[in-house]
Amino acid sequence: MTENKLNPDSWVDQYADYLFNYAVTRVSDAEIAKDLVQETFLAGLKSAKNFQGAAAERTWLIAILKRKVIDYYRKINSKKGKAEVRITYSNQSDSAGDWLEENVADPFSTLENDEIENEELGLAIQECISKLPKKQSAVFVMKTIRGLSTEDICNELGINPSNLWVMVHRARTNLMGCLNENWFKL
Amino acid sequence: MINCEQASTICNKKQYQEASIPEQIKLGLHLMFCKACSSFSSKNRKLTILCNKADLQLLSEQEKIKMKETIERSS
Repeated sequence: MTENKLNPDSWVDQYADYLFNYAVTRVSDAEIAKDLVQETFLAGLKSAKNFQGAAAERTWLIAILKRKVIDYYRKINSKKGKAEVRITYSNQSDSAGDWLEENVADPFSTLENDEIENEELGLAIQECISKLPKKQSAVFVMKTIRGLSTEDICNELGINPSNLWVMVHRARTNLMGCLNENWFKL
Repeated sequence: MINCEQASTICNKKQYQEASIPEQIKLGLHLMFCKACSSFSSKNRKLTILCNKADLQLLSEQEKIKMKETIERSS
């Protein structure tokens, strides 16, 4: 087995988006998620000497980020009153006594599962994107996630449209293969 | 008539709503008799749906540069 090593220089390029997606689904606030990712990198740097190479770099960083997310919730919950669960009662007398029923989980709802599934899907796609060759992933991300126009991308990367579509095509076929392995087979 | 390579390009363009109407008609005709392209097209559509569903978020370039600087300063 090959020893895993840390390369802090490439952390941001390789893992920032992945970690950010992970964080944003957990704290549902982009600013806070960004701070958590930043803190994760700094904490990783600080304890880099304790890294034994047993896990892959990304797994290790995710483990740190998990702690950061937990710390974040501890901190906001330690402020008085925040940890309470509040239920808003309806003032209308005709629906009095119904509030409990309204608050019961709907056994037929699949929304909660959808959310968990979408979050995992996001990470799976992010992982597959990170495996693409650099140029392909750059084009794919600009086009699909940032939603830039073909013209803008061509100007920014200095390529012509037919180059771009070739790149998009390769990226998409690679992603289909990767997701087939990592997502549909699970 | 278009060949499979052209068909796949149109199919990719279609995922980003950039295929023109004549292109879409050509693609439709091609898909009627080309099995390989039909399968590619349906997979391609699936990929688009998955990407939309996942609602991926990104950090902007400036934010990444800022992060890099912070990391460098503390290392």
